[in-house]
Amino acid sequence: MAFKMSVQEYKGKINEVEIGKGEKAIKLGGQQTLAFYDFDGDTGNSQKIGIEITDVYPEEWVTGLKEFYGDAAKNPAEWAKFVEEKLNPDFICLRLQGADPNELDKSPEECAEVAKAVVEAIQLPLVIAGTGNHEKDAKVFEKVTAAVEGYNCLFLAATEENYKSVGAAAGLAYGHKVGAESSVDINLAKQLNVLLDQLGVKYEDIVMHIGCSAAGYGFEYLVSTVDRIRLAALAQNDKTLQMPIITPVSFETWGVKETIAEESDAPDWGDREERGITMEVTTATSILSVGADAVIVRHPKSLETMKDFVCQFA
Amino acid sequence: MALTGLDIFKLTPKKNCKDCGFPTCLAFSMKVAAGAMEIEKCPYMSDEALEKLSEATAPPMKALKVGNGDCEFKLGGETVLFRHEKTFVNRNRFAVMFTDELSDGHIEAKLDNIKKVNYVRIGEDMHVEIAALKYMGDKDKYVNLVKKVKESGVSLAYMLICEDPNVLQEALELVKNENPIVYGVNNENYEAMVNLVKDNKLPLGLKCEGIEELYNLVEKVQGLDYKELVLGTEGPTAKETFKNAVQIRRMALKDQDRKFGYPSVVFANELAKDNKYMEVAMSSLFTLKYGSIIVLEDIDYAKALPLFALRQNVYTDPQRPMRVEPDVYPVNGADENSPVLVTVDFALTYFIVAGEVERSKAPTWLAIPDAGGYSVLTAWAAGKFGAMSIAKFIKESGIADKTKSRKLVLPGLVAVLKGELEDELPDWEIVVGPEEAMHLPKFLKQLSQEEAANA
Ligand code: B12
Ligand code: SF4
Repeated sequence: MAFKMSVQEYKGKINEVEIGKGEKAIKLGGQQTLAFYDFDGDTGNSQKIGIEITDVYPEEWVTGLKEFYGDAAKNPAEWAKFVEEKLNPDFICLRLQGADPNELDKSPEECAEVAKAVVEAIQLPLVIAGTGNHEKDAKVFEKVTAAVEGYNCLFLAATEENYKSVGAAAGLAYGHKVGAESSVDINLAKQLNVLLDQLGVKYEDIVMHIGCSAAGYGFEYLVSTVDRIRLAALAQNDKTLQMPIITPVSFETWGVKETIAEESDAPDWGDREERGITMEVTTATSILSVGADAVIVRHPKSLETMKDFVCQFA
Repeated sequence: MALTGLDIFKLTPKKNCKDCGFPTCLAFSMKVAAGAMEIEKCPYMSDEALEKLSEATAPPMKALKVGNGDCEFKLGGETVLFRHEKTFVNRNRFAVMFTDELSDGHIEAKLDNIKKVNYVRIGEDMHVEIAALKYMGDKDKYVNLVKKVKESGVSLAYMLICEDPNVLQEALELVKNENPIVYGVNNENYEAMVNLVKDNKLPLGLKCEGIEELYNLVEKVQGLDYKELVLGTEGPTAKETFKNAVQIRRMALKDQDRKFGYPSVVFANELAKDNKYMEVAMSSLFTLKYGSIIVLEDIDYAKALPLFALRQNVYTDPQRPMRVEPDVYPVNGADENSPVLVTVDFALTYFIVAGEVERSKAPTWLAIPDAGGYSVLTAWAAGKFGAMSIAKFIKESGIADKTKSRKLVLPGLVAVLKGELEDELPDWEIVVGPEEAMHLPKFLKQLSQEEAANA
């Protein structure tokens, strides 16, 4: 038998979704292949890497990072500017943790002000993440989406519980992009997209967040869910699953034993910051290599590594 | 099995003698193709036909044994491209690279690191499994390197990376009984290389100088009737290497081309160009996408913790629920004064929690209700780990007779259950534990101090 490359062409195509405005706007998706399979066809837009910042000072972050950001981290707008100038990620993710009812329980109005200041301070596209409390997020996003109208932000996230208000505010009223969050299940992901569609949000305005965990913590479910979603989108041309995927890696990776144990807890393990980076790099690479179109990381070194990595496959 | 009934029929003697119990050879062949009958039921099949059949029905990817004794493992044997289609079978193995250019001190340092990074995660031993021993041009030093690594007593399988059969011959004298991989077959040396390994049937590694060249090289080696192979993936770029790894696996499993039905080797260290984080990224990529042996420059915990954890996750069988038996388990010699910790019956969670409790050395009861085999939050969200079910389990398990302590510790992630549990279990003091199990040792120490102070 003579050698013949095995080429797999797909009918389906992942939607192209733009986030941000102007020169620095980014496009996610657009591919007709699995991640990095450029021997099969058009791999679309390269994967995008974002940096996480928070609306409250990140007390529990590793010391090295706090030192790196210094006083900038005390003011979200300055922090964002610092990130844009010094790190130049593809986008910034502002996490509105201060709104968490179990923490500072900041009002939607306060959050709106912060988000507006941040978006005005930068050229980069902005992804805005809530608290994970569905009820509170609905209220917060209602105000924030209005305050950042015109900036084409991506909101993380609309869930089964709050998609009506988040979808209406982000996707319909103020022309943003809607992150659709489900919990590691292809059918739930599909269902939420359909519900958003019925609400009037266009498929082209949706980015999926299909769940996240750190490598070693049920991560195989994530791998298989993304595999299945991509095969359905590409091979079966399932329109209800052709949205790009974003995965907030840093939301999970910095909260597991491997990254929170201090050197005194585990002397053999070495520097905690370094473990944080490797956990972030492993998780981010893994989810990108099964199909995520964008990931959010926390550490500048993770950003640098992931950008270089993605570049090597462009 | 790729053969149709018709394919098999062509191999039968077409006598329709009915000795197999079927009216015609064709009817018999259809049954065999469906897997409902064994070909041996026909006494008249020629040897040649049988061999053809066994080849055609052989698994699409060979499962290859590497190493010896403690360090023996299998590579390959995969049947699917995506784990949800069935399962991945033989996990990839990690190697650390040694060369004859390293100083003795450097060799020792690497060996020490390999020794140091050796731990158990969720019931599985985690450590580097292979010493990749690369020949850079100094034969004496190379042979010494092999000797040194072997004599170090660190439990490892070997992969000799060398394209010179003469050098290999000498090196092999030292380790040929350890079933090492001999890596470095190219277009020029393949006959000599096969000669070198065939008596011991050692796994033979073919170097990749381009995917098509590799394919032709496999053909030549198979032509010498040698089939214990591993395939190199190295390309000039990461992108090319990735293409090679995917093509090899896909042609084997999807296109059923047995020339590529072998495990693969990826040199993540070379792709990373001395950048540790890039090495972790490349190793992660190839753990998911079809690397069987992944070679690292060196090992430390920062690399190992996420990489081994990723591998462990990816190679769990999705068809097999990872559950532990619901029950009350004593840890660290729990007795009538020990507190009770509640967690779920998801094996991953159980092992993590039990591991931390063991580390604390505090005698503790672990109460595991039936939570559907889910993680804490998953079970809670699925309605399988609520106040009612926990309370019911505590009452029925008889734990109240095993300990006089009335402290019941909840996972921090389900702190919301506290109030309701207090109503359901009025005799118990419901304590909310930390969210992360790693904080259990400190937490349990405080708990026992409180207990002592109150006594
Ligand atoms: C993998 C996964 C699944 C897998 C199941 C895996 C399994 N066997 O559990 C699948 C895909 C099947 C699944 C399903 C669902 N899931 Co799910 N899933 C996850 C995911 C990604 C990882 C879970 C995991 O494995 N964690 C690792 C284990 C080790 O963690 P753990 O059990 O919590 O244990 C830790 C601590 O709790 C602590 N600990 C444990 N026990 C104890 C005990 C004591 C005393 C102490 C002190 C500490 C302690 O130690 C451990 C390590 O620190 C999480 C997201 C995430 N990142 O956590 C979502 C998540 C848990 N799932 C979620 C949901 C909603 C669901 C579904 C209900 C979705 C649905 N609507 O169907 C279903 C439920 C099942 C069903 N209906 O069939 C939500 C829960 C939301 C919430 N806050 O309530 C999550 C958080 C995702 C999300 N953000 O939406 N899921
Ligand atoms: S025993 Fe063999 S030859 Fe005879 S009918 Fe069966 S298949 Fe044909």
